[in-house]
Amino acid sequence: MSDIPLVLPAFVCIPLVAAFLLPILGSFGRKGRVVATALANLAALSLLAMSIASTNQFSVYNVGRWSIPLGINMVLDGFSALFLITVNLVSSAALLFSVRYMEQYTAKPKYLSLFMLMVAGMNGVVLTGDLFNLFVFLEVASIASYALVGFGCDDEQLEASFKYMVLGEVGSMFILLAIGLVYGATGMLNMAYISKAIQNNPTNVVLCFALALFIAGFGLKAALVPFHAWLPDAHSSAPAPISAMLSGILIKVLGVYALVRTIFSIFGISTTVGTLLVVLGVVNMVTGAFLAIGQGDLKRLLAYSSISQVGYIFLGIGLGGALLAAGASPVWASLAILGGLFHLLNHAVSKSLLFLTSGSVEMAAGTRQLDQLGGLAEKLPLTRASCAVASASIVGIPPFGGFWSKLILVIAAIGAGVYWAAALIVAVSVCTLIMYLKVHRYVFLGELSETRQQIKESRGSMAVAMICLACLCVFLGLVFLAPALRAELLEPAAKVLCDGVGYADKIMEFSKDMIVCAD
Amino acid sequence: MPYAMCFLLFMIGLYCAVVKKNMVKIVIGLAVMEYAVNLFLIMLGFRVNGAAPIVDKTCYDPATGRVTAGFLNAAVDPLPQALVLTSIVIGLGTLALLISICIRTYEKYGTFDITQIRKLKG
Repeated sequence: MSDIPLVLPAFVCIPLVAAFLLPILGSFGRKGRVVATALANLAALSLLAMSIASTNQFSVYNVGRWSIPLGINMVLDGFSALFLITVNLVSSAALLFSVRYMEQYTAKPKYLSLFMLMVAGMNGVVLTGDLFNLFVFLEVASIASYALVGFGCDDEQLEASFKYMVLGEVGSMFILLAIGLVYGATGMLNMAYISKAIQNNPTNVVLCFALALFIAGFGLKAALVPFHAWLPDAHSSAPAPISAMLSGILIKVLGVYALVRTIFSIFGISTTVGTLLVVLGVVNMVTGAFLAIGQGDLKRLLAYSSISQVGYIFLGIGLGGALLAAGASPVWASLAILGGLFHLLNHAVSKSLLFLTSGSVEMAAGTRQLDQLGGLAEKLPLTRASCAVASASIVGIPPFGGFWSKLILVIAAIGAGVYWAAALIVAVSVCTLIMYLKVHRYVFLGELSETRQQIKESRGSMAVAMICLACLCVFLGLVFLAPALRAELLEPAAKVLCDGVGYADKIMEFSKDMIVCAD
Repeated sequence: MPYAMCFLLFMIGLYCAVVKKNMVKIVIGLAVMEYAVNLFLIMLGFRVNGAAPIVDKTCYDPATGRVTAGFLNAAVDPLPQALVLTSIVIGLGTLALLISICIRTYEKYGTFDITQIRKLKG
């Protein structure tokens, strides 16, 4: 316990230092750029190792030794640890992929720098225990992602970036206004203290309005359905590794994590809010799936599929929350939350792998329009195999990870007596199957056109990144049969959400000896 | 009442950002929203005839060694001011990026009208 608190700021500091060091290194010619790339990968891998080491622990770090509520604290609990691992896993794979993929762009050190800023922002959002600090990290990650979406400076990328940025900023302003309202109503910015203050005064109108603003703001960031218009544009226009980051983790950290943390740990879940999350989740699932089937662009199809899969996560967590608030069947509630969180992990891995394979296809064939592709199976065997593994996981074919998470969600929904939700989960899975069959049919099967006889499989770091993620898709499915992953990663995370506002007590208990008598 | 005016300003900014067709006007709308929120934050800490929240020797009660209640009741809340400073810096960053994207888009398309900037569909 003694050495862990020192590590917490490192999750933000390492990528932040790297972000400012890399462009300087990159200005020393070709060798400098090689060193910068190696250093960025090293930073990402060390973050991954640290996040694996931090599972199943609880620790609080007071930044600058200022005790709460005066200072800012960083909190690592099971729920944060799950997101830390997901973020650093996907970011190290995407960074490895970009070593070779980003050769086609100029200004690679600037790309690496923005990438590291995005990682720093996301790690910060996950670890912070202060509401305004959460907003700051959220903006760091968002601004880096706006710039990365428009990185190529083509017409479409600029258009997508502008659209994404306008909607993202509207969302951020909602969040900032909500934080202001919460501060006005409680006089606190520390999440634990706000939570205490809200429990003492639960029916405050201002706080209800703030909660609504939080749901709208974080919902915009998570692309919940009425606010989803920016996502397909932004995620399909960005360079492939960035699409993998955006779809794999950014919408989950800025949207799902921030919203769930706010609702469960600060405001406390109520039946109304839980039901609202279930409804939003179901609408997302169905709309995303139907819009995805009609797409003719490979990356747009994957982006709409992300909207659909985020719906599953919200369905699981919302169902669990509604059951918890109703006080009925806590077993099914924790199972639903567990299913939602496990689906989040599976979707992060498999969707980022799918976006990486789409980058590999685009690099080899020069287009991502489905009707212009075809017959690539022979030329791109590795890409095809990893795409097949990822699709199988996302559709939910046993024994891949996605099957188990959907199975848990179905069992939880049936156990809780919400049969229509269980039926919808299965039905949307069938739609997902159709859209990924379409991908395989158009991209990999059929006739190879004459002009593409010379195309080559992606090699080097791109291949390694795809193989690693594909192995992970299989591994997540197999390991779930063994209890290790569940006990170390998923159950602590689900427990944090089941405890709800018990979060505050835990933090205060932990930092009791550090709190000074302030009056 | 000032809060209501502040909220009205926020809604004007939101309306402008969502409804207007010109990219520059959308950016202005976002900026108005941001200023409304900053104004709201600064008003949270405002006190009529408030004192600067700086503790010096005269603020301590010599008997108890603590800050006097009179000072606590008169001083304005310094925290929202710190928040607004941070938020202004973040706003500067986003505004600069938004405007630079506007300029690059204008170079490509030759127009600021978003109804004519529609290469993406679906």
